[in-house]
Amino acid sequence: MSGVTLVNLWMKNGAEIQRKTVDTKPFITNPRAVEKCARYVDTDLNRAFTPENLSASGGKELPYEVQRAQEINRLFGPKGSPEAYDVIFDLHNTTSNMGCTLILENSKDHFNLQMMNYIKRAIAPASCLVLLNEHPLLKYSTSRSVAKHPVGLEVGPQPQGVLRSNIFEAMRVILKHALDFIALFNEGMEFPSCTVEVFRVSESVDYPRDANGNIIAMVHPNLQDCDWEPLNPGDPMFQTFDGKTIPYQGTGTVYPTFINEAAYYEKQQAFVTTRRETLVASAIRKA
Amino acid sequence: MEHFSLPALSRVVISGGTHGNEMTGVYVVREMAKNKVDKIGSASRTTVLSNPEAVKVCRRYIDKDLNRCFTDALLSATLTPSSPYEIKRAHELNALFGPKGSPQAVDILCDIHNTTANMGMCFIFYRFDWITLHIFKYIQSKASFGPVRAIQFDTPLPEAYSLEAVAKHGFTLEVGPQPTGVIRADIYNMVMEALDLIMDWLEKFNSGRTFEGGEVEAFCKTNALDYPRDPTTDDITAAVHPQLQDNDFKLLRPGDPIFQSFNGETVKYEGEEAYPFFVNECAYYEKKIAFQLARKISISLPSISVTKD
Repeated sequence: MSGVTLVNLWMKNGAEIQRKTVDTKPFITNPRAVEKCARYVDTDLNRAFTPENLSASGGKELPYEVQRAQEINRLFGPKGSPEAYDVIFDLHNTTSNMGCTLILENSKDHFNLQMMNYIKRAIAPASCLVLLNEHPLLKYSTSRSVAKHPVGLEVGPQPQGVLRSNIFEAMRVILKHALDFIALFNEGMEFPSCTVEVFRVSESVDYPRDANGNIIAMVHPNLQDCDWEPLNPGDPMFQTFDGKTIPYQGTGTVYPTFINEAAYYEKQQAFVTTRRETLVASAIRKA
Repeated sequence: MEHFSLPALSRVVISGGTHGNEMTGVYVVREMAKNKVDKIGSASRTTVLSNPEAVKVCRRYIDKDLNRCFTDALLSATLTPSSPYEIKRAHELNALFGPKGSPQAVDILCDIHNTTANMGMCFIFYRFDWITLHIFKYIQSKASFGPVRAIQFDTPLPEAYSLEAVAKHGFTLEVGPQPTGVIRADIYNMVMEALDLIMDWLEKFNSGRTFEGGEVEAFCKTNALDYPRDPTTDDITAAVHPQLQDNDFKLLRPGDPIFQSFNGETVKYEGEEAYPFFVNECAYYEKKIAFQLARKISISLPSISVTKD
């Protein structure tokens, strides 16, 4: 609900997102899903921006979200072309205890890395971690991928259908700093080379399931809410419904996140593992 | 102290999935059904998934909130092919476990729910009942977790609208916070422990043990407050204030902040001192409730034992 509420607010009064040198548009990506207060109507919009979907013919016969993806691609893309919008901030909530997380899709996007570095420094000592999903099998075609510099903003924990004041204000503050950065960049400020710590998506771990696909265990109480904390081989990972512990059996320490996200049961994911990495962002300045 | 002798309690129903996206009850009922244990000591135990169609799609309800379908009026209405799914299901459940208010109704019905509010474990009753209050007292004293609280809604039986009203001694086990669509192991474990204690109490009661009475503290619902809304669009214009958020059952005084407007203003509470609960429950946005309020009451519970033949 945070993104929906913020965008609706800004559509009524956009003063706080305006910057002199930046043309910023608030936009509701999936209005029919918002109306129903459901994640999606036919298919997950945030997986729908594949080349096949974007070029599919069929008009009104297509699933609602595929039609919507094509419309968004017309409005803010075309994806991959010089006409595409520069930045899309894609606002999300999660039931996982992830705090504020910026999601990066490309480790060589120096503009995004510099912006993320700026945001992290601006909100310190509050924290905002960076999740990098460049994994060839696990990355997916997001709505923000239409833009040249896609930025995901994931804030949790918040249940679906609920608006928490602290989560709403945290998202609002991050957007403020992001837009400040873009304005400073447009005004000619140089941002020297810097390092950015990221958590790189490594593996998706599903729940144990029976032959019918039903889950047979839950995220273990010791792992629940422990996003970004080290998970070592042998640590409790799942608890079966009759009380047995299933330990993590990977080869080394990983940093799990998206732990127990409501929407991922159907995507066969209990959590993703990540590995810590330091990326170097080149100095940038407006040409 | 007063003492009451009451008939043995032999028919117990544990229900889950009355709201299809409140996952603890769904998984508890599935696990219990797998074990196929239907007789525990002298009591028979039945498990039921109350709203299977809603569970399938992981939504609160299909047409209408099932847990509002059990008033006498709705249960006696004639069904037609176009009746909402949940109205038909309520009639089915009433036939299975009731009829509501009759001697044939099951003895105990424990309906498992989750809330996004930070309420811990609550026993919710719509009226005073020595059996359910004794069960609550027993769980509260024996559970390895806490807090465990009792909430009373004070609704006359004909108007009692939730599933547990069908049984002679029904109650809701409401546990939170848990998001819809999510199963948390800590909450599941709490509910399993509570259910074991309930069956334990029943066995002891049926075997002739006397349960001592005493003073029991409960929360009695008084009223509810809605979010501030835009008069033209009806959209909410504020969120529950951070100082109220997650502070269910913490005494609210006049002047305390209750909402934080999107434009930054603080809205303050203007009623009598009261205890808030169901603070920011996601299903209540559409029911125009931001939180409910209760006063604390003290109930003098008599001692009870089973009637000896």
